[in-house]
Amino acid sequence: MKRIVFGSLVAAGLAATIAVAAERAAPAPPLGLPPVPVPAANPQTPEKIALGKKLFEDKRFSSTGQVACATCHDAKKAFTDSPLATSEGIEKAGRKLTGTRNAPTVVNAAYFDTMFWDGRSPSLEDQSQHPFLNPVEMGLKDHQPILKIVRSDPEYAKAFVQVFGKKGSAISMTEVTQAIAAFERTQVAGDSPFDRYYFKGDLKALTDQQKRGFDIFVNKGRCVSCHVIEQTTALFTDNRFHNIGVGINAVQNDVPALAGEFLKAKATLAEVDKKVLADKRTSELGRFAISRGFEGLGAFKTSTLRNVAVTPPYMHDGSIKTLREVVVHYNNGGVTKEGDPVNDFLSSGIRKLGLTDPEIDDLVAFLEALTSPEYASLPSAARVEVKR
Amino acid sequence: MNPTDLAGRRDFLKGMGKAVAAGAVPISLVKLAFADPALDFSFGYISDSHIQQISGTKFVNNWDRGLIRAVAETNMLNPKPDFVVFGGDLAQLGSKPELDHGAEILSKLRHKLYCVMGEHDYYLDLGEYWSKLFGPHNYSFDHKGVHFVVLNSILTHDEWTYNRWPSAEQRMLEMAGLDNPNGSPFMVGEKQRAWLAADLAKVAKTTPLVVFSHSPLQKLYKGWNFWTDDAEEVQALLAPFDKVNVIYGHVHQIQYNQIGRISFNAVMATAWPWPYPNTYAQAEHAMPVLTVPMNRADPFFERDATGWQFVNTTSGRVALEYNLYNNTNRTVAWNPASGKPEDRVYQDPAKQVPPQIHY
Repeated sequence: MKRIVFGSLVAAGLAATIAVAAERAAPAPPLGLPPVPVPAANPQTPEKIALGKKLFEDKRFSSTGQVACATCHDAKKAFTDSPLATSEGIEKAGRKLTGTRNAPTVVNAAYFDTMFWDGRSPSLEDQSQHPFLNPVEMGLKDHQPILKIVRSDPEYAKAFVQVFGKKGSAISMTEVTQAIAAFERTQVAGDSPFDRYYFKGDLKALTDQQKRGFDIFVNKGRCVSCHVIEQTTALFTDNRFHNIGVGINAVQNDVPALAGEFLKAKATLAEVDKKVLADKRTSELGRFAISRGFEGLGAFKTSTLRNVAVTPPYMHDGSIKTLREVVVHYNNGGVTKEGDPVNDFLSSGIRKLGLTDPEIDDLVAFLEALTSPEYASLPSAARVEVKR
Repeated sequence: MNPTDLAGRRDFLKGMGKAVAAGAVPISLVKLAFADPALDFSFGYISDSHIQQISGTKFVNNWDRGLIRAVAETNMLNPKPDFVVFGGDLAQLGSKPELDHGAEILSKLRHKLYCVMGEHDYYLDLGEYWSKLFGPHNYSFDHKGVHFVVLNSILTHDEWTYNRWPSAEQRMLEMAGLDNPNGSPFMVGEKQRAWLAADLAKVAKTTPLVVFSHSPLQKLYKGWNFWTDDAEEVQALLAPFDKVNVIYGHVHQIQYNQIGRISFNAVMATAWPWPYPNTYAQAEHAMPVLTVPMNRADPFFERDATGWQFVNTTSGRVALEYNLYNNTNRTVAWNPASGKPEDRVYQDPAKQVPPQIHY
């Protein structure tokens, strides 16, 4: 018994130390969100965050000088590229190139276990190096042009000395990506009407319809099983990968051949990055491109639902225009059009829900209650009626 | 992730690529130094799908999806398995619509199919319609130096089968229940044992045997018919052979053990999991080794704790590769050092999965 008491005292002391450290590093998280996880190797500082923002917005880091991170993760669009289904990268032969996947929001990405729709990157730091080199995104052949700029541009040179104590050839992509990640970790947003209702007990924060929608969210709609809400916080993701019948439905008969060809190619991760954005059919293999097991077939990462109402279109390929159509897709048991064939590898959590039209409306209304104050002025696309 | 991590991961992926060539699952045949590699082969094993009719053309979606998925995945195996076995209980209540619906799903298999009779297939019309679809109830065949025997192990006393029940439907329902005092223990039966003895008389004792049955050909837990009443007599017929492998379904979980020269391996269900029955035995028991206690399956993910398997056969010994949804895949293979089947990972107590203690 004594040992347990001693252990918990130590634990409490440790927790207090961590809490103090976290407080110094970052402001308290908004209502409904846990403290932002910050890797020990890349602590947050105001100077680093400012440097990261500058890097994030710098268009010179693309082959055409026209595309920055911020081009497709636009702060004015809740860090997405709404309403584009797939973003426009560099221009080639008079045409802007597009990839295969919908630009996910940076907002609250700090809480994801893995990055990209297929989770092929384990951290914000690692993730940020890839779009520079992707042929349809920023189109650089290697990272040298970026390093050349940050080593020679006087403003960058000053900032890198200040933040990392490094200059000239001592600056590498490690510092560049650390700064970008530090900036991205500041883009957290909670405090939605739902948060005020659920975590603060403000019963007036939600309308009656939204309250009914919340009940469907956690019960009949089965949404909460993947879009997780916990006791004191809600990330609205399980950080896992599921085949929900989007994208793969169109290539189902070709899956064995596509999967076989993919494995035969023995692609490296860098090659996977290029391949999945360049080839729509390979893209639909989803998590399989990384996990190379049956469970990954057609599976993509559960996205957060925070601010979902202002970030249409939806799903990994941006193929669904409105939230109502998204709910109908789930209600149909993993097909956008009722009666279409379900794919063989559909996640076993997806099945017909039997929601009525009013229940679908309620659920959509609830999803509109997940918008944070900083994005509340953006137009909501949630109420567009589906033609059936 | 630092650059070295990335490199490590890349190498890892490269390695994976090599192992799997063009298929989705790495089948690696373990070759023993003295073995003739020409005799190595693999086969798929799908079992216990329990296709269940609700009414008309409506069937239970969950059980349908389990079989559909196993078939689709088995079709993607590379190298291609030599054949696929369905281990019994294709239907839930043995009706024509259920067996037809199951057969239709199985027809998508791009492999030769061998079928085993389960009690859920049998006790409505005593296997008559099943036979029209899949052939004889018990049979044998030879493949690459191995003698395969398929038994119908879910028979029982004639009095129970023919004289006790007012209707075939009730007979089926009584046998489908667990802990049912009206049930009756499974058996291979005297007639089939005579057939087995005659079949084996033609086979050299050095020829490896692989026996497929639905129920375990051993006595595990009577309340759920994890049991074959004449198991000792059947085992006595198998015992003279050097290498004997029995693969059974019915128990919806991974089990393995060794009795004399006979190795036993159970396969997973595609429909639902059963818990490990010794938790219900409440007395001394002789259950096969339990290295991964079964946690409660996640009710949201219907495939959790279900699966299918492929079997690598090398030098007359089987290695079962379990494809387990929502869980880490497992391999139970013959260990020449200990002379019994063992889980490749979880045999080491330090690596065993602790049971869930919170709810």
